[in-house]
Amino acid sequence: MEILRYAIYRFGTMLLTLWVVSVLVFVIINLPPGDYLSNQIAELRASGQTAGVEKAEFLRREYALDKPLWQQYSIWIGFMPGPHGFSGLIQGNFGWSFEFDRPVAEIVGDSLWLTVLVNLAAVLFVYLVALPLGVLAAARSRTWVDYTSAFVGYLGLATPNFLLALILFYYGHRWFGLPIGGLMDPIYEGEPMSWEKVKSILIHLIVPTFVIGTSGASAMMQRLRANMLDELGKPYVETAIAKGMAPSRMLAKYPLRVAFNPFVADIGNLLPSMVSGSVLVSVVLGLQTIGPDLLQALKSQDMFLSAFILMFVALLTLIGTMISDVLLVLLDPRIRYEGRDA
Amino acid sequence: MSQLPDGRFVDDAPYDPQQSIRELERKDLDAPNWVLIWRKFKTHRLGLISGAFLLFCYLMLPFVGFIAPYGPNERQSEHLYSPPQGINLFHEGEFLGPFIYPMTSEANLETFQWEFEPDYENPMPLRFFCEGKSYRIAGLIEADTHLFCAPSAEVPFFLWGSDRLGRDVFSRILYGAQLSLTVGLIGITVSFVLGIFFGSVAGYFGGRIDWVINRVIEILRSLPELPLWLALSAAVPSNWSPVAVFFIISVILGILDWPGLARSVRAKFLSLREEEYVRAAEMMGASSGRVIRKHLLPNFMSHLIASATLSIPAMILGETALSFLGLGLRAPAVSWGVMLNDAQNLANIEIYWWTAIPMLPIVVVVLAFNFLGDGLRDSLDPYQQ
Repeated sequence: MEILRYAIYRFGTMLLTLWVVSVLVFVIINLPPGDYLSNQIAELRASGQTAGVEKAEFLRREYALDKPLWQQYSIWIGFMPGPHGFSGLIQGNFGWSFEFDRPVAEIVGDSLWLTVLVNLAAVLFVYLVALPLGVLAAARSRTWVDYTSAFVGYLGLATPNFLLALILFYYGHRWFGLPIGGLMDPIYEGEPMSWEKVKSILIHLIVPTFVIGTSGASAMMQRLRANMLDELGKPYVETAIAKGMAPSRMLAKYPLRVAFNPFVADIGNLLPSMVSGSVLVSVVLGLQTIGPDLLQALKSQDMFLSAFILMFVALLTLIGTMISDVLLVLLDPRIRYEGRDA
Repeated sequence: MSQLPDGRFVDDAPYDPQQSIRELERKDLDAPNWVLIWRKFKTHRLGLISGAFLLFCYLMLPFVGFIAPYGPNERQSEHLYSPPQGINLFHEGEFLGPFIYPMTSEANLETFQWEFEPDYENPMPLRFFCEGKSYRIAGLIEADTHLFCAPSAEVPFFLWGSDRLGRDVFSRILYGAQLSLTVGLIGITVSFVLGIFFGSVAGYFGGRIDWVINRVIEILRSLPELPLWLALSAAVPSNWSPVAVFFIISVILGILDWPGLARSVRAKFLSLREEEYVRAAEMMGASSGRVIRKHLLPNFMSHLIASATLSIPAMILGETALSFLGLGLRAPAVSWGVMLNDAQNLANIEIYWWTAIPMLPIVVVVLAFNFLGDGLRDSLDPYQQ
C-alpha cells in the first residue's frame, strides 16, 4: 500500500499548492485599480441613474466587496461566512458575474467539460503522435525520416499557436471541408447529448487538437528520440541483435521500456503550456471553452468570473501533473516514494 | 620537402630533438575558454548562420527608419489594403533599373472593396537615398534620408502591401522588430537576474530557505503561463504610455520565466558547494556573496547563457500572443503581435493575405534562436568530446 500512501501525499501537496495559487490569483485579480462594480457605480452616478446605483451597491455589500482585502479573500474562498449566506468556492458557490448578471456557475457550465475534453484530446494526440514518430526517428536516425520529423518538429515549436490555428482552419476547410470555428454545430448548442451532437463535437475537435498538441508533440518527440538513441547505443541492444531478434520486437521489448518513463513524466511539464495553448487557441477559434470567457472577464474586471476560471485552469494542470506523477511511480518501481526530485 | 635517394620524403626544417612534441597540444590547453568554445561553435553550421542572422537583425534595429520607406503610422488613405507590389527590372525586354508598376485603384460597388490593378503601361523608377518622413536613428539623431522611396508622393509603393488604414506593412514590420525583438531581451534579463539570485541563494544556503524557494519554483512551474500573463497584463492601466506598457509587459514575461532557470542554478550549486575550493575561499574569510559571484557562478555562466538563449523565443511568442489578444502592447505602438491583431479573423486573411506576413519574421526569428541555443549548448563544454 506504499503507492496509496504516495498518492495521498501527492494529493496533499496538490491541495497546498492550490491554496497558494488561490492567494496568488486573488492578488493578481485585485491588482488593477478599481473593480467592475465601482466602475459601474461611477458610470451610473455620472449619468444620474440612481436605481442602478442602488443595485450595484447592494451587490457590493452582498459579495463583501466593501470589506478589507483579506476578508474578501477568505469569504471568496469559503474560509469565512459571507454576508447573507454568500458562501465561497469550497462550499461550491463560485460567485456572481457582474457583467452577465448571472451566477458564475451558470456561465461557465458546459464549457468546463469542453475545456477538459479539448485538453484530454490534446494530451492523447501528443502521445499518439510523439510515440511512433520518436521511436521511428531514433531507429532510423540520420535518414530522411529523422530529418523530416526534426524539421516539422522545429516548425511546430516556432510557429505561434494561434497562427497555426488560423492556417489549419483555412486549409482544413478548403481541402477537407472541416467546419470553421466553434466546438459543435450551432444547432446542437444547449441541446442534450445525443449521438449526432457527439459526432459534431468530434469533427470540430480535429483542428484544435492538432493545434494545441503540435508543439507539445514535437518537444516530446525530440525527448523520446534522444532517450532512445542513448539506449540504442548500449551493449544489451547489440546482444539482442546478435542473437537474431527481429528489430521491431527488440525495440519494443527493451530500449523503449527504458525510454518510456521520462515520456510519461514529461506530460507533467508539458501540461501547463498545453493548457495555456488551449486558452489562446480557444479565443482565436471561438471554441466554447472557458478561454474566451476568461479574456472577456479579465478585460472588464469581472473578478469572480476571472478568478474562478484562473483557479479552474490551475486545478486542471495540477490534477494532470499529479496523475502523471502517480502513474510514473506505478510504472517504475525504482522511484522512491518520498517524492520525486525531478 | 626534399626526397632522399631511397625515395623517402624529409622535411627541410631543422630538427630540434629538445622540442616538446606536446607543444601544440599545450597551446590548445592554454587557450582561453572562449577560443575553444568559438572553435567548436564554428563547426555547428546551423547555429553559426542563425547567430549571424540574429546579430544582423539586432544591429539593424537602430537604423530601421533608414531602411523603411515610410513611418510606422504614416497613412496613405487612398490605398487601403493595397496588395504587395514587386520590384521589376525589365520593361518589355528593356532594362530600366529597379522600377514598379503603379497601382490603379477602383471601387467595386458590389463587394464594396477597393480593387487594385497594376498599370503595366507606365513603369515608374524607384528613388534611392531620397528624402522622406523624418525619423531618428537610435532615437537620437534626426534624419530624413531613406534607403528607397516610392516614385512620387502620389504613387505609393508597398513592398508587402498596405493594411486596413493604408500603412505600409513592410515598414511596420521593420519598426515592429524594434519592440518584438527587445521584449525578449528585457524579459530574459529580468528572468536571469531573478533566476540566478533565487537559485544561488537556495543552492548555497540550503535548509529552510532552499525549501521555501523550491516550493515557490514548483508552484510557479505547475501553473499555465498564458492565463497568468493575461491576468497580469490586464492589470496594466490603460492610460500608461506605450513605452511604459512595453517595459511592464517584458517584466511580466520575465517574472514568470525565472523558475526554470533558478532550478538549474540550484542543482549546479548543490553539487559545487561541497568542492574544496569553495571551502578554501570560505576559510579565507570570503563572504557568501563573494563566493557565489567569484567562485561558483563563473563555473556555469556559459551554460546559463545557452539556456537563456533557448528561452528567449518563448518570450517573443508570449508578447505576440498577448498583443494579438489585445492585452499586450497597444496601438500606436507597433510590434509583430499588434500587427497580427489585424489578421485575427479568417475572412480577413483569405482576402488580404498579406496582413498575415508578420508571422514570417516571428517564425524565422524563433527558429534562429532555437538553433543558436542548440549550437551554444553543444559547444559550451570544450573539454568534453
